[in-house]
Amino acid sequence: MFSQTIKFIILSMMLSFLSTGVRAETPKEPLWPILKEIHFEGKTIREDANDLLVIEAPKRAEDAAIVPISVKSLVAQTADKYIKNIHIIIDNNPEPYSANFHLSPELGMIEISTRMRVDQYTFVRAIAEMNDGSLHMVSRFVKASGGCSAPAGKDAAAALARLGKMQIRMRKPTVGEPVQAQVIVSHPNYNGLQFDQKSRRYIDAHYVKNITIRYNDTSLIKVDTGISISEDPSIRFTFTPTVAGTLQADVMDSRDQSFSLNKNI
Amino acid sequence: MKLFYLTLLTLSSLLFSPISTYASEVNIDYSVQEVSSAIYYHQGVHQDANQQNIGAIANVSFIIGERCVAVIDSGGSYLEGQLLRKAIKLKTELPVCYVINSHVHPDHTFGNAAFKADKPIYIGHEKLAAAMRARQAYFARTFEQLLGAAYQGTEFIYPDKTVSVNKPLTLDLGNRAITITAYPTSHTDHDITVFDNSSKTLWTGDLLFSERTPVIDGSINGWIKITKQFLTMEIDTVIPGHGPATAHWQQEFYNQLRYLTVIREGVRAIIADLGTIEQASAVVGLEEQSQWELYEDYHRRNVTASFVELEWE
Repeated sequence: MFSQTIKFIILSMMLSFLSTGVRAETPKEPLWPILKEIHFEGKTIREDANDLLVIEAPKRAEDAAIVPISVKSLVAQTADKYIKNIHIIIDNNPEPYSANFHLSPELGMIEISTRMRVDQYTFVRAIAEMNDGSLHMVSRFVKASGGCSAPAGKDAAAALARLGKMQIRMRKPTVGEPVQAQVIVSHPNYNGLQFDQKSRRYIDAHYVKNITIRYNDTSLIKVDTGISISEDPSIRFTFTPTVAGTLQADVMDSRDQSFSLNKNI
Repeated sequence: MKLFYLTLLTLSSLLFSPISTYASEVNIDYSVQEVSSAIYYHQGVHQDANQQNIGAIANVSFIIGERCVAVIDSGGSYLEGQLLRKAIKLKTELPVCYVINSHVHPDHTFGNAAFKADKPIYIGHEKLAAAMRARQAYFARTFEQLLGAAYQGTEFIYPDKTVSVNKPLTLDLGNRAITITAYPTSHTDHDITVFDNSSKTLWTGDLLFSERTPVIDGSINGWIKITKQFLTMEIDTVIPGHGPATAHWQQEFYNQLRYLTVIREGVRAIIADLGTIEQASAVVGLEEQSQWELYEDYHRRNVTASFVELEWE
């Protein structure tokens, strides 16, 4: 309890620093040691785990509100040994803990990508948590700024009109062959940091909380998301259908609105 | 005397501040060119806003009637707004009665406050106010840093009078009528143009980029549609948002149409093949590189913006 309070205080201090500081500048003190303590208290993380994981992110992002980030595993998922979770941490974002992908051994290989907001020059980290509890990290430095505080949406009316609309995009799959699929949901993903001058307050956060992707009732990926995910959240992944069936995607947002779509294979 | 010391104090503090370019900025050579009778503009440089160029990167303009003057885009900083106002006073004693903002971007609106003393009517698209509200905090924080001293005095001034899509507004400057037209989402979701009926001069705002890489902050589909519409208009001269005023305006619209179409078709093909944003920005539109200024800074961002729009087609 005591340590939770301390963590909360540290986190609050960090957040107030971030919100009053100049956003384009990277904080002088690296936040990672604090973040590690908050999210992986007392645990050992193997760094530069390049034999297990590859993280890809642009060195310099074209649009800080839409930064493509992908993670691949180099070791196949098996029932005995598999990556259970991949935690994504963006050190210098207002909410650094950005996503947690809960992964099934059924996935075969891990090959997932999404689009993030990046608010300042930062390390982006992927930490694989194996089924035995061990932790392995890879990271990339990304130069981008303003992705969180930048105004949402280029066409507010069009975005609102299609809120909750979903797509599952994939090639025609062959049973037994890996296939790439994309789940995308139209959502403004308001992060609570976008200021509205008329009401003189920040637009209420309204974001996608989690996305669950199942194949014939086996959960493939469940991702806990937050305000670091871009507008219109997109999850791309590879899986191997072993029998014919249905790919199902369910989305829940922070106002408990849910959206679903499925596709027969 | 007191004022003198105050000036001295201000100047010396500026000299010793890191913003050492300010002294040269106040003596900046700011000239306007006459496009046709009683229409003048200052052409912006093809750079990003910085302390040296005082944000004067877009075209700003004015038209003089028999009663008063209309300003069409006010400049990229308070300082540019002041310089434009000074340039107007050298041409006419008539008051500025309208300040028209083609859209919200800083290079077109940040000079607004320099005209406050003239008590003009500020005019913009019906969605300009919402766009300004959403971007104000972000623009203020970012551009205060980029522009340094030139930013001081900049205010966000909302339109007093707005123009709606399909309801053009005609204003009389005294024996000189100008028509303001509002558009659906294209360069942004709140673009307007100004047309001088007597000289057939069209101010496109950023609905037309000449020489400088177009920036998509609205809808690529919408912008292609509107670019085609302009080609059928009866116009003598076009003053684009960026690049020189020209009588050969059709070529400029064709160039922009080609650029936007290359992006759209390239991105569509990659989406249809289940490709990614990274793949699209690596290959789409490379052949356009030699055609546009600041391509490296804006092109791949345009591809990204188009991708996230076109994947919902």
